Amino acid sequence: MRHLHLVPPDTKFSFMRFRRISFPISAVLSICSVLAFIFIGLNFGIDFKGGTLMDVRQTNGAMDVAHLRRTLDGLNLGEVQIQAFGSGNEAQIRIAEQPGGEAAQQAVVGKVKGALGAGYDYRRVEVVGPRVSSELVSYGTIGVLLAVGAILIYLWFRFEWQFALGAMIANSHDLILTLGFMSITQLDFDLTSVAAMLTILGYSLNDTVVIYDRIREVLRRSKRVPIEDVLDHSVNATLSRSVVTHVTVTLALLALLLFGGAGIHSFTATMLFGVVLVGTYTSIFIASPMLIYLGLRTSQASTADDATGEAAEVETQRAAVRSRSRSRRSRSGAYEPR
Amino acid sequence: MLRFSRAKTGAILLVTLIGLLLALPNLLSPDQRVALPSWLPHRAMTLGLDLRGGSYLLLQVDSQALRKERAESLREDVRRTLREKRIGYTALRATDQGVQVRLRDPADSDKAVQALYALSQPLGGTFIGNAGQRDVTVSADKAAGTVAVNLTDAGITQRVRSAVTQSIEIVRRRIDQLGTTEPTIEGEGSDRILVQVPGLQDPTRLKNLLGQTAKLTFRLVDVQNSVQAALQGHVPPEDELLYSNDKAHVPYLVERQVLVSGEDLTDAQPGFDQRTNEPIVSFRFNAKGAQRFGEVTQRNVGRPFAIVLDNQVISAPVIREPILGGSGQISGSFTVQQANDLAILLRAGALPAPLQIIEERTVGPGLGADLIRAGETSAYVGSALVAVFMFVTYGLFGVFAIIAVAINVALIFGILSALGATLTLPGIAGVVLTVGIAVDSNVLIYERIREEIRAGRGVIGALEAGFSHALATILDTNITTFIAAAVLFFIGTGSVKGFAVTLGVGILTTLFTAYTLTRLIVAAWVRWRRPRTIPI
Repeated sequence: MRHLHLVPPDTKFSFMRFRRISFPISAVLSICSVLAFIFIGLNFGIDFKGGTLMDVRQTNGAMDVAHLRRTLDGLNLGEVQIQAFGSGNEAQIRIAEQPGGEAAQQAVVGKVKGALGAGYDYRRVEVVGPRVSSELVSYGTIGVLLAVGAILIYLWFRFEWQFALGAMIANSHDLILTLGFMSITQLDFDLTSVAAMLTILGYSLNDTVVIYDRIREVLRRSKRVPIEDVLDHSVNATLSRSVVTHVTVTLALLALLLFGGAGIHSFTATMLFGVVLVGTYTSIFIASPMLIYLGLRTSQASTADDATGEAAEVETQRAAVRSRSRSRRSRSGAYEPR
Repeated sequence: MLRFSRAKTGAILLVTLIGLLLALPNLLSPDQRVALPSWLPHRAMTLGLDLRGGSYLLLQVDSQALRKERAESLREDVRRTLREKRIGYTALRATDQGVQVRLRDPADSDKAVQALYALSQPLGGTFIGNAGQRDVTVSADKAAGTVAVNLTDAGITQRVRSAVTQSIEIVRRRIDQLGTTEPTIEGEGSDRILVQVPGLQDPTRLKNLLGQTAKLTFRLVDVQNSVQAALQGHVPPEDELLYSNDKAHVPYLVERQVLVSGEDLTDAQPGFDQRTNEPIVSFRFNAKGAQRFGEVTQRNVGRPFAIVLDNQVISAPVIREPILGGSGQISGSFTVQQANDLAILLRAGALPAPLQIIEERTVGPGLGADLIRAGETSAYVGSALVAVFMFVTYGLFGVFAIIAVAINVALIFGILSALGATLTLPGIAGVVLTVGIAVDSNVLIYERIREEIRAGRGVIGALEAGFSHALATILDTNITTFIAAAVLFFIGTGSVKGFAVTLGVGILTTLFTAYTLTRLIVAAWVRWRRPRTIPI
């Protein structure tokens, strides 16, 4: 039986050459993301902004959103957003944080229920006071920073410092682009979004680490091969895995997106963008070529050449790498460290 | 790599079996669970409030109010102490930190400091840095002739902490009166209480019950001084200006001194007044309270006294005759529900400090059921898609991976059940992500085996090299994700924590199934079929 090979076994694609395209593209996208973040901003949910969220269902018949809006506008609760969803008989009401501290937030639910009267089923009611929301903002930020820091320290111990730095740059790039995506699409940014960001971080790191692992392995065995070819070889060798893994993750996320309900919609949409689009691209086109600029080879020169154990494999690798490197050295020689 | 000693094989299978048995109760109905033999685990995962519906309330002890109250009682203590020691003072005022007193004779300041120092208490506990600290500091400014008695932050923190402990108990007693099933009440952080009541659809009454301190006091009404003067700001220092709790908002000048308080009640029951048929709350004092109330009422016949609840006057009847029986009733134009609630509050006791509701999340049962259905559907569809893809890509080895991942999911549920964790919607998302990671670990191994085959290795050589080379990568990738999960666990609350727990547990089980179990399956297959080529 012939199995599916999404990536042909002898793929030898020269990824490193793309860095002169991918780096400027990423720089532009990152700047755009930062601008979107500053000028459009995230659509903070009540977790971070405070306020009241109510999912109401009309118990008989379709939801009359206009009537709902008229009723709620009469309550003078400041900014009120109403959005119909589900099969036409449900709506989500979001009411901005009220001035007057914790007790004022609690009064909102009573007012709304009183005004709407009977005929509604309150499927979900959430009230987040100003104290909790401001804490969640700082916890979320601290959490992401702590996670990045802890992971970097781990990578620094496991690899050379260049890898840790490269991974950090790649990860910041992912997080910035994801924030830009969320600013532009105006997906709800709530606690689960922070979870999504951290998962994206984890997945993207996963990818980067798989490739870095291979780079380290190849570097140890063949220290005279130019760094660019080492990187190209490593990316190619792990390419099939990258593709298979991302197809499976995409399948799982698609299932969540299509059948998981509205509650986790923004979570899965963010994940799809971050993991599938950005994470994979980053580890191949940013994290790996970044090592060239970070001067990886110079500090690796002292590593012992322990190729003896797997002579056959390494020799074929070397032959392939050498033949390619000879033709390319003239073109990209300027980027190779001594 | 493919050789397993008998002991090792046994150990791996045993761990798997235990994990599966731990997960088993989740598949059974409650009746079937009861019927299980006693040596089998019975614990199934409980569903979180977001899935089965209920109310989640996060309460915070109002440390500001606690501080204010403490400063007020400190001022009374300082006044009493100085009077007892006959130290003259010209001004006694509350400051942001505590109390400041201006002495009539600055030469008295040493004597005053010494006397006031007796008011401070050493802080208990063994927190580093707390040793030798006291809840109050006393310092003199000799040039200005003032003495400051200040509350320390450590002292307030300790009070807040003990207030949380007491409040949890009182909150529990109040909620139990509502007759709801299995409420969870626990402390969170240093000054918060988390209340979860499954199945509660409308927490209005609960919030109402928890929102009241229910500090009940019986005090005399000051009839010597005029209420009118007090309204203009001339409140005598031993009095307080309070208002009635009804719409009329009647002002009363009430003595600060408490005759009897809610602590002296032994019972409180709602009822109806026999003459007016109004809802009332009847109560009974304990021996000490009864004696005290008897004495006071004897001495003050003809004077009005105030029944004060949370600084509002419920009623202010005139004492017609000494009340010696140790029981009485409170009437204050209640509704039946209000009388009921007041009785509950009085029976449960007063909170040491007001509680503020700072977060509320309520999910109706219908929404929860919908979410479970959505979670299940997406889990089935996702698993099916991934399984088909794995089979198409790796054939027989894809089947091995599917078995390993299925056992992995079972192990996650087994461990989570054993830990007594609750399954929430983000938790389900965590499981789905773990499936992704687990599949990735298998993919890493298989791709490596494919590479080794291409490099010209034989069956055993390729399998051995594939597993051993993939191990380092699997470890690195899983540890990085685990770090992210650990950070989420420590900083996250509620739902995020649930996500982190499932993800963290999932990574551990993934390391076990992908590396150990898959390897065991492959080794068994090699021994059984003795293949010449690897169908991968």
